[in-house]
Amino acid sequence: MSDLQVIGLNAWFGADRVLGDINMKVEAGRVTAIIGPSGCGKSTLLRCLNRMHEEVPNARVTGKVVYGDWDLYGPDVDPTDVRCHIGMVFQRPNPFPTMTVLENVVAGLRLRGHYDRASLHDNAERAMRLAGVWDELKDRLNRPGGRLSGGQAQRLCIARALAVGPDMLLMDEPASALDPISTQQIEDTIQELKETVTIVIVTHNMQQAARISDRTAFMLRESHDRPSALIEYDETRVMFTAPTDKRTEAYITGRFG
Amino acid sequence: MTARKAASTLFMGALWVAGLVAVIPLVLIVYYVLLKGLPAVHVGFFTQTAPPPGVPGGGMSQAMWGTGLIVGMATLISVPLGVLTAVYLSEFGRGRLAVGVRFVAEILLSTPSIVAGAFIWALVVVAMHSFSALAGAIALTVLMWPIITRATEETLRLVPDELREAALALGVPRWKMVLRIVIPTAGSGILTAVMLAVARGFGETAPILLTSLRNDFLNTNPLQPTDAVPLRIYNYAQSAFPAWQTLAWGGAITLLGAVLVLSIGARLLSDRQQRRLG
Repeated sequence: MSDLQVIGLNAWFGADRVLGDINMKVEAGRVTAIIGPSGCGKSTLLRCLNRMHEEVPNARVTGKVVYGDWDLYGPDVDPTDVRCHIGMVFQRPNPFPTMTVLENVVAGLRLRGHYDRASLHDNAERAMRLAGVWDELKDRLNRPGGRLSGGQAQRLCIARALAVGPDMLLMDEPASALDPISTQQIEDTIQELKETVTIVIVTHNMQQAARISDRTAFMLRESHDRPSALIEYDETRVMFTAPTDKRTEAYITGRFG
Repeated sequence: MTARKAASTLFMGALWVAGLVAVIPLVLIVYYVLLKGLPAVHVGFFTQTAPPPGVPGGGMSQAMWGTGLIVGMATLISVPLGVLTAVYLSEFGRGRLAVGVRFVAEILLSTPSIVAGAFIWALVVVAMHSFSALAGAIALTVLMWPIITRATEETLRLVPDELREAALALGVPRWKMVLRIVIPTAGSGILTAVMLAVARGFGETAPILLTSLRNDFLNTNPLQPTDAVPLRIYNYAQSAFPAWQTLAWGGAITLLGAVLVLSIGARLLSDRQQRRLG
């Protein structure tokens, strides 16, 4: 695990500059939450960290993201390598419907050319245990991946992301489509995961950020003709008890957003 | 409340009538074709070739083999071409080329089939100095390629972007994501598109009339003039001999049967995948 440095990062959708000069350091082995009102660019920032932003047509990024001493936007970097080291979990659970539970978990490995059955199975079990879904699904490994409950499907997706062996996991509102019990399970999983992977989680739920994160970043887009900015970034307990910026305080106390 | 109920009944009635109106011609066609054609359908119909004028009996085996040869070759050409074009349009095409390709596919989709026949006649038949099954297959490709392309592109677009992103986020290269995630997910839709195009190919007459011509005997050489079921129907239906006219009706039964089998097959396969995908 290494720290990840975001340096002077800007992002565009077409002509719309959505992120302006973001600088922050994601610390290794901790849970970093990104909060802010809808449309403040939290997801875009997250997607810039593993080069997923550029997959959107006409999207563009400038600035640097440095992971350890690896410049992720360097000229010779293959984005698929970046994504193997920095995995991603999405808002809506998205298991591959044509694959079984087991095939889903090892999909990343198999599609990158690993075919050894025994090692794939070991990897799957390890990833599913980490994601807290092994006990529930170990007897259903050959069932279709598309027919799980929302919470199970999402933890399956976490296992799928972990099986590739990343040391950082980006989570884009991973529990916002789930019921309270499933949300609780996802949060427990995150707490256990931070032993092995660095986690960056985008959430619009401030209580969730306060419960699970060590550090919190607050983002805000103050008007449509200006890009989103990182307003404040600090230890979570500081952010939620004694924020420096008036705008952070206003958001956290529920005066807007 | 009663007014609403009356309106509901009225509209339900209208829907039923509309449904019946749509079904009646189909039932009549099937009934009439069976009535006229069943006397022609016996073992010899499938094993014998065209009878000389005025001679009773005979069959259409040369036309069935010919249709199989022509449509088979057309399928072999148009399926890879059409599916690849659709994958390009849906997954990779962003610039002017994609707009152009889509435009061409759309124009071809509404091109009268005789134009496709005349075009391939000028391009292939004249150049090769011979009518042939191959020329017929190419003419059918002109019609089948746009059907497969447009229908496949539509199904590929139905695959949720979440699945594409999930694959990319696992570090899977784009081409492999398309090959292993997008295409299998759209599988049943692609199959339906292919079946639709093949069914169209079975029934087309004008393009092969100008390219495959006809042949009274069984021919398996793709470079020779070849018979086809719709050509036979066309020829026999115009003839003065009642025996030939009956054979034409028999041909119609074979075509209907083939299309029916294809449609049911497509439906079964897509149902099975739907169930699997839950």
